[in-house]
Amino acid sequence: MTKPAENGMAEASASAILGQNAGPLSRAIGRLRGHSFAVANLLMAPTMLWLLLFLALPLGVILVYSFGGRGTYGDVIYGFSFDNYSRAFSPLWLPVILRSFGFAAIATLLTLAMGYPLAYFIAVYGGRRKNIYLILVMVPFWTSYLIRTYSWIVILRSQGVVNTLLQWANIIDQPLDLLNTPFSVILGLTYGFLPFMTLPLYASLEKLDKSLIEAAWDLGASRIWALLTVTIPLSIPGIIAGTLLVFIPAVGDFVTPDLLGGPDTLMIGNVIQQQFLAARDWAYGSALSFSLMAILLLGIFFYVRKVGTENLA
Amino acid sequence: MSVFGRKPRDQRVRAKGLRAFVALVYGFLFAPIAVLVLFSFNDSKRNATWQGFTLKWYGALFGNQPVLDALWLTMKVALIATVIATVFGSLAAYALTRYKFRGSSMYNGSIYVPLVIPEIVFAVALLSGFNVAGIGLSMKTVIIAHVAFMLSFVIVVVKARMAGFDTRLEEAAMDLGANELQTFFYVTLPFMLPGILAGALLAFVLSFDDFVITFFNSGVGNTTLPLKVYSMVKFGVTPEINAISVFMLLISVVMLLASYKLQGGAPTVVTAKEPAKE
Amino acid sequence: MKKMDKELRVMALDGLAGPMTRRGFIKRAGAAGLLVGASGFIAACGGGETTTTAAAGGGTQELAKEIYFYNWSDYIAEDTIPNFQEEFGVKVVYDNYSSNDTLLAKLQSGATGYDIIVPTDYMITTMLGLDILQEIDLDNVPNVANLYQRFREAPFDPGNKYSIPWQWGTTGIGYNSAKVTDWVDSWDMLWNEAYSGKITMMSEIRDVFAVALFRLGYSPNTRDAAQIEEAKQMLIEQKSLLKHYTSDTYIDELASEDAWISHGWSGDVFQAQLENEAVMYSVPNEGSLTWVDSMCIPKDAPSKHTAEVFMNYIHRPEVAAGISNYVYYASPNEAAEEFISSEILEDPQIYPPQETMDKLVFLEELGEDTELYNTAYQELRAS
Repeated sequence: MTKPAENGMAEASASAILGQNAGPLSRAIGRLRGHSFAVANLLMAPTMLWLLLFLALPLGVILVYSFGGRGTYGDVIYGFSFDNYSRAFSPLWLPVILRSFGFAAIATLLTLAMGYPLAYFIAVYGGRRKNIYLILVMVPFWTSYLIRTYSWIVILRSQGVVNTLLQWANIIDQPLDLLNTPFSVILGLTYGFLPFMTLPLYASLEKLDKSLIEAAWDLGASRIWALLTVTIPLSIPGIIAGTLLVFIPAVGDFVTPDLLGGPDTLMIGNVIQQQFLAARDWAYGSALSFSLMAILLLGIFFYVRKVGTENLA
Repeated sequence: MSVFGRKPRDQRVRAKGLRAFVALVYGFLFAPIAVLVLFSFNDSKRNATWQGFTLKWYGALFGNQPVLDALWLTMKVALIATVIATVFGSLAAYALTRYKFRGSSMYNGSIYVPLVIPEIVFAVALLSGFNVAGIGLSMKTVIIAHVAFMLSFVIVVVKARMAGFDTRLEEAAMDLGANELQTFFYVTLPFMLPGILAGALLAFVLSFDDFVITFFNSGVGNTTLPLKVYSMVKFGVTPEINAISVFMLLISVVMLLASYKLQGGAPTVVTAKEPAKE
Repeated sequence: MKKMDKELRVMALDGLAGPMTRRGFIKRAGAAGLLVGASGFIAACGGGETTTTAAAGGGTQELAKEIYFYNWSDYIAEDTIPNFQEEFGVKVVYDNYSSNDTLLAKLQSGATGYDIIVPTDYMITTMLGLDILQEIDLDNVPNVANLYQRFREAPFDPGNKYSIPWQWGTTGIGYNSAKVTDWVDSWDMLWNEAYSGKITMMSEIRDVFAVALFRLGYSPNTRDAAQIEEAKQMLIEQKSLLKHYTSDTYIDELASEDAWISHGWSGDVFQAQLENEAVMYSVPNEGSLTWVDSMCIPKDAPSKHTAEVFMNYIHRPEVAAGISNYVYYASPNEAAEEFISSEILEDPQIYPPQETMDKLVFLEELGEDTELYNTAYQELRAS
């Protein structure tokens, strides 16, 4: 429910009061305030400049590569052809793309299922210890990614923690094949991206007016109903943010399938990475990347449009 | 303590179910950490099999200057980059949600671009960019690179927070006599703070644990901890790295406890709980 | 004294090869300034043996204050660098990487600043093709005479114009002798269904295809598309038997017995053996690859001369032996043999006997034909 800042009443009262309370900086801002375009651009400027210089321009270099070809030893031959793009859309990659999207989607749903209750708990029941709970969510990630993954390997492997426990409890006879499977890859993705879902959800849930929920309960709504009709709709911005911040990086992830995956868990991130490293075909890798990026951006556009633009302004 | 005034019996029971689930989630989060801590005492050069108990890795750690240097560098880079990205990103998120202006949809769209770029592409692109511009690699280029990919994360999180911000609060404040800056600092900013904190935490972790982009954009001698660890993959990531991770965990736990005690347990965040009554 | 100063300056400026970039100019100017200052110092010390090259022909030359050494991780003895620093008064900044590909990608994108890098053999051919390396002045590396003959005439760099070997090894099969009851002497073992799910293959494009090509009796450097296709089909059949493709986690997996048969590098398997005595290594009868990592100097290295001095130091017999004794790989330095521990010298996993050596082949860079392998590998992984 964001209103644009062209609110005449605020301006009038602001300027009336400004004379009394404003320092020179405030007065300057006050003058600008009427011109929201200027202010907005000013605020956006550092970010946009940074992205322009250190993102857009470098990407331009890569874009040029994508129309080139591969030299004898793996250097880029500049040229202008769409060969790389037509190769990028070859049916060979279809299963890989579908798999990447699939794994990422499942991981996103799982992080949502775990992250929402977690964020809700911290926001609503956290009280004084709210920030501590929040930081505790991040603390595991202040260790090295590689070691965390190795630890998961220790947990999941055939003589690892899980299998040993299950066998000791006589639930299974033979060790389960948990590692190097789609299961372990999805587990790794879910684990690694859980904070990326939890934090935006928390940010959104934390501003929830608890009295609204209380009111709903008072009026006889069950907890589930209150959840569905009050809490969740109000936290949609957080859900959108969380799903985007998990799904997008998960699709392009290559380390997780590399370490935890098997011969049949190849994801598109691995393919792209190979082009830049082992295959030394940067032109092709660039084309693949831009193709993937285009698909994702298109998806984001429709997703954000559909699920609730009014909440994202 | 719950924020609810009364606590009827069924609410408390409900909370128990939630609490149990949340405990499980925290368990999931810390499961590999438990293993990590255990293996920091592993008497072996590798992390693979348990060979016996030893404290030698902790001893070796404090004599291992390169690893300590790497940790220090990683912390510096992460802190600086986080501060920059959080400040710029929060301002941008504020602009994007508070103002509707020509070009805002273009800005909104471009925020998602860094998110969709595969890491290796970004890494190589940035390095090529630096090369073309004649900029030498150093700690500065690492920080620049980190900020570049952190900005979007901060913006998305803070935007989610800002969505639904009632602008009438700002108007009300100004009606009551506050000027622009005062309004921002006493009304808007406190509201944004949980989002900013969340964004900053996320950004910090992104920087701290980054490998690909850092590898390609660091100069000679700028070895961060992830770089050090990944370079050890071939010959075995020794439990020294576990020890240093445990060290990091201890530091963060100590800092958490300290900050909790310092605040006297008081709420650190003022949230606009009560909307201005119309 | 004055005359010597002038000589020093001239020789040093000559030695600072490299493209004249703005950075290069500044470095040169800086180095020249350093020299002017240092030459006075040397004059005062009456020659200063500690900061001049010991065995170089043609007079003394100033050394840089620091050199930047980019090497594989954990590939050096603990005292190699400290001893060098102490003896020559030069600081060595030591960074690490863990794959040839990332090293190349980084250099290709324009990263500079390293004096010495240590790529693997076929990568050297690639780097030469991409004009990344510069020629080494062997006058400054007389210890190159200590190398075995075959490393002096290696196919990828005959005469050691661009590379001085560091360590070498072989590729073969690591296996768990307790779990694998069959005799492991053929690449066939990696296709043995009895061990399905416990087999790993490397994820290096050329290495993976080399295995199938050897098994089929072809050369691992073939350019014949039909042969490569045949190899690819054979590898596709293997996929369902594999635990996964990995070039490094197999070490831990062999040790923890999650993998019983792994395609791997000699020294890596040895690392696993240190953890688990049942792990053994074997070079299959059909033939296999040998590889060597060598020190090279990138085109824009800031301190070429000092880098060469370092390379010369590395090939003093005791120093080379010290490295092997620590990392358990084989040294290309023949004179080092008398200092290498017998445990290593007599281990056929590290120093294979002659009949095994005869079956070993170097991988060659294939230029454009690499595309054949790239495409086949992509089809293999995606299938």
